[in-house]
Amino acid sequence: MVEITQEEKAILNSEFGTTGDKTALSIVVKAAEMLGAKRLVKITSSHIDGCLYHGDSGVLFCESLAKNGAKTKVPTTTNVGAVNFLKTNQARLSSEKLQMARRLMDAHVNMGCTPSWTCAPYQIGARPKKGEQVAWGESNAVAFANTVLGARTNRYGDFLDIACAVSGRAPYYGLHCSKNRHAEILLDVTGLPEKVKEEDTFFPVLGSLIGRLSSDSICAVSGINWIVSEDQLKALCAAAASTGAVGLVHIIGITPEATDLRHVFNTQRPREIISIDMDMMKGAFHKLSQTKQAGSIDCVALGSPHFSISECEQLLEMSDEKKFKVPVYVCTNRHTAQQLKTQDIYSRLERIGVVFIIDTCVVVTPILPGSGGIMMTNSAKFAHYSAGNTGYRPIFGSLSDCVKSAQKGSATLNYGPWK
Amino acid sequence: MSWCGQVLYSGTAKGEVLRLDAPISFWGGISPENAEVILEKHPQRGVKITDKILIVPEPIGSSSSAAILLELLYSKNAPKGLILGTNKDAILPISVLVAEQMGWATIPIIAMENPSFKSGQELEIKSDGTILLCKS
Repeated sequence: MVEITQEEKAILNSEFGTTGDKTALSIVVKAAEMLGAKRLVKITSSHIDGCLYHGDSGVLFCESLAKNGAKTKVPTTTNVGAVNFLKTNQARLSSEKLQMARRLMDAHVNMGCTPSWTCAPYQIGARPKKGEQVAWGESNAVAFANTVLGARTNRYGDFLDIACAVSGRAPYYGLHCSKNRHAEILLDVTGLPEKVKEEDTFFPVLGSLIGRLSSDSICAVSGINWIVSEDQLKALCAAAASTGAVGLVHIIGITPEATDLRHVFNTQRPREIISIDMDMMKGAFHKLSQTKQAGSIDCVALGSPHFSISECEQLLEMSDEKKFKVPVYVCTNRHTAQQLKTQDIYSRLERIGVVFIIDTCVVVTPILPGSGGIMMTNSAKFAHYSAGNTGYRPIFGSLSDCVKSAQKGSATLNYGPWK
Repeated sequence: MSWCGQVLYSGTAKGEVLRLDAPISFWGGISPENAEVILEKHPQRGVKITDKILIVPEPIGSSSSAAILLELLYSKNAPKGLILGTNKDAILPISVLVAEQMGWATIPIIAMENPSFKSGQELEIKSDGTILLCKS
């Protein structure tokens, strides 16, 4: 049984708060029961995945919450929606679906969410501190919050995320508790050739391998003893969370809870030690492409998770400002877009053929033309989901491969150590 | 033969088993419109999950999966029951809680380690989490 405080009891008995508050809290309490949590924990922020339109059911639920007076109790950001608010005709949805998608987004804003519409809230200021209890949705954001920021959240799916935000509470279980945050499997990359570690594609490939090897256990990675950028960690987390149910990865010496091996494994021996070799990495790399066809490509898609300012800068630099022959879709958020505009990067990228997708992305809503084609990407997450969601078969490569391919209009891959 | 699983959401169901033999995320893996498995290279690609006792030994991936299951519940395209190999996150079961709040039909969800049921078998799920094999 879940232990309920006096305040929680009053909300559930309709003595305090709105009907919407009561619905939200009763969902959180029932979820806590399902998960075997003994109590709820107060949270300091939330990130909502449920604002992406998948069908009318989610809209009806969120509107009913909003209509019944549900308001978020903690700072709450929103994940991508199905609509680019600035260019609503970008998504090829029927007018009925477009309207429903907007209604869903509106319902969230009406409940008090900050309209951030991004899968990388952590790059626009939503950065809970180490040890903070939060309730985040969106698998990459969850993995990033736990792994890179050291905040504590489980993978909150649609609806439980808004229920937690409205309740200001989450079920106290899983990754909220210190005892469940230790690693069980050790992945050692020490033996990999230096050349591969320097590859732009190293982190997304390692991430997708982690997702497959860990199933739902927590992995620690050892042997990364160089400076790693936040965008690289972002790529690793997103990849791991799309190939596996990964909510937390420890990278020894890099991530905040992974100061040393002893600490990460809570002085226990790892349940399993796996030396990552080049064959495993190559296997993971090639799995990310779903076509052998070297030849023409229809587009390049970047920004899953949403492209950061520094990634856009890299793109501009690598392109040498030469025109692309196929559309290069850059998915990002309005906050980043605004910054890019003030720095003149936005228009320079548009001039060479970048199509900005704001508030949403090409894999979550129909934006890409036709019913299929070949997409080149440097995102393991796009590579994982694009065929099923868009009909576009992915070719995975580095950002520089993507740039060269877009300029030639055909896949140009420098396989390097992946050969 | 009978088994006992952990009840995540109580209910009763009887029907034909469909086992998803490879890990799957409902988002990107199952169509919310027609309930078909759409994930490239998945062994059950093209199969409809509607009205089945669905065995998902390894649910993975996106936290949007709850929205897909809720949509299937709302449009009456959902499986009759769900047996999951893990209860580490509430991503799929949460949809049933929402359906209950909205007054829509719900389905039983059971968690058990290494569910070994095979496609084509017939199972009955009881409200206490007992699973009976009716036809092997």
